[in-house]
Amino acid sequence: MFQKESEKARALSLISIYKAGSGHPGGALSCTDVIAYLFLKEMSFNISNFQVKKRDRFILSKGHCAPALYAVGAIVGIMAEARLNGLRKINHELQGHTCRTNVPWVEASTGSLAQGFSFAIGEAKGLKMQNVQNRVYAMVGDGELQEGQIWEGAMFSSHHKLDNLCVIIDYNKMQSDDLNENIIGLEPLTDKWASFGWNVININGHDFSEIESAFNIARSCKQRPTVIIANTIKGKGVSYMEGVPTWHGSVKLSDEDITKALLELDYSQSEIAGVTNV
Amino acid sequence: MSNGPALIGSSGDSLREAFGKSLTQLAPKYPDVIVLDADIAGGTGMHHFRKVFPDRFVQCGIAEQNMMSMAGGLAATGLVPIVTTFAVFMLRAIEQARLSIAYANMNVKIVASHPGLDVGPDGASAQCLEDLACFRSIPNMTVISPCDSLEMDQATKAMLDHIGPVYMRTGRSDCKRILDHDYEFVIGKGKTLRDGKDLTIVACGVQVSRALDAADLLAKDGIMARVVNMSTIKPIDSDLLVECAKATGAFVTAEDHNVIGGLGGAVSECLAKFSPCPIEFIGVNDSFGESGEPHELAEKYGLSAGHISDAGKRVLLRKKGL
Repeated sequence: MFQKESEKARALSLISIYKAGSGHPGGALSCTDVIAYLFLKEMSFNISNFQVKKRDRFILSKGHCAPALYAVGAIVGIMAEARLNGLRKINHELQGHTCRTNVPWVEASTGSLAQGFSFAIGEAKGLKMQNVQNRVYAMVGDGELQEGQIWEGAMFSSHHKLDNLCVIIDYNKMQSDDLNENIIGLEPLTDKWASFGWNVININGHDFSEIESAFNIARSCKQRPTVIIANTIKGKGVSYMEGVPTWHGSVKLSDEDITKALLELDYSQSEIAGVTNV
Repeated sequence: MSNGPALIGSSGDSLREAFGKSLTQLAPKYPDVIVLDADIAGGTGMHHFRKVFPDRFVQCGIAEQNMMSMAGGLAATGLVPIVTTFAVFMLRAIEQARLSIAYANMNVKIVASHPGLDVGPDGASAQCLEDLACFRSIPNMTVISPCDSLEMDQATKAMLDHIGPVYMRTGRSDCKRILDHDYEFVIGKGKTLRDGKDLTIVACGVQVSRALDAADLLAKDGIMARVVNMSTIKPIDSDLLVECAKATGAFVTAEDHNVIGGLGGAVSECLAKFSPCPIEFIGVNDSFGESGEPHELAEKYGLSAGHISDAGKRVLLRKKGL
């Protein structure tokens, strides 16, 4: 469905990380398909409505994967692609972790895990209190679920029946240092969320038809918030990064790294030369 | 059927009760204001608000971190959330206040009851002596500590009219009226409550009343102490401090807080830069408190009028180079 756009977003993420000299490629690549779908299809959110109250909202709670959000922003035309070149650089807008202060279409300032999740809950509650029908989406990482604040927010959201809230877990099974199961295990994840009163949907987070179906189910679910457990692959789309925890980052991509990655993402040699020569 | 127990603190003339009543009175004029509570509304004064505005009262449960970050999100939808709980529990969520609220300059008000040794019998776990230092060091954050119910009323309105994050202390124990009815609170402005030429006592919160008593004690010894109510700790009123430095040349700061980093810290930073002169610090001397009545704790931990008065005499000796 949106493979082409998503692949382009992956390439833009990696190029911005390469040019920045640091960043977190692994998790950015795993969450790109879902974020792309949200902005390309699911959400009422675009360059003409992103500052009005009646719009959908997306919060990247796993703020270290900001390059994926910025890249999708460029793909959908809400931000000029050239601005990606300023990622992580002094006197430029695009901070290493998402920041709403100087990028107005970015919904929340995040980077300390679980806070974006609660921020999204606040927005969902706020919209309900004001009888605004729009929806709030939040993307959290799997390691992020180890934060106690997540479970505070999970209890609040079901108690307050926030059916306008849809949370996506980017379940790539890896966190900074190692596999989740070798740090603090998360399973049984479906049962945990179900027992907290959430509508739980498990999908392949790289299959657009499953992503579409999950968001449709979430929208029709009433009286409960929905969590979509998106099973993903860390480093998705770049074979040497897939499933390798060291690419969680923050890492520096060499000329050789970016060249190999972009070749896999269908960049031509001349396009790659244009990237590495800058 | 027996009657329920008498709840301590949900009535009386404390700063928290004053805040609860003020906010409830102001609320009709501020339709976007909502209150976030962490199962402690009876203690923060928010029971007044809940009773009149149940639809604008959000029960967050005993989960302060989620409450603080949610406030940022609620503000992002155009509401004006007032985050309420005890001051110590605000510390529990200070990183949430930093990132989810202050970093993006969200219009959230954080109102903390139970600051300082004024908490009394609950003991050290609940006696927050670090909040002014912590919240003062967060960019974009305004920090206020009113001294009586009149000022609390005005500060509540000023806080709502101010766009941006505010941290405000209320108080647990009953406190007396200090200020004249024509007093006017302005964020960022201190107020001279009593004039004097020999030294300046700068106080906030419950220590303002003790500072005035200390000035009476000093007067008996022929020492004329100026007393300043510095209810805004950040931004500190530098103009007034410099004027006091020129007029009196010596200071005592008085706060129900650790001597490190609070009002005394803010005053010293200003004076060291613009008008250095001797300063003595009245506050808790970098220790935890304990159970006891507030007046007993003030005596034991060096916050009483007598302690302030003694500090005034010490600073005068330093001023004279003795």
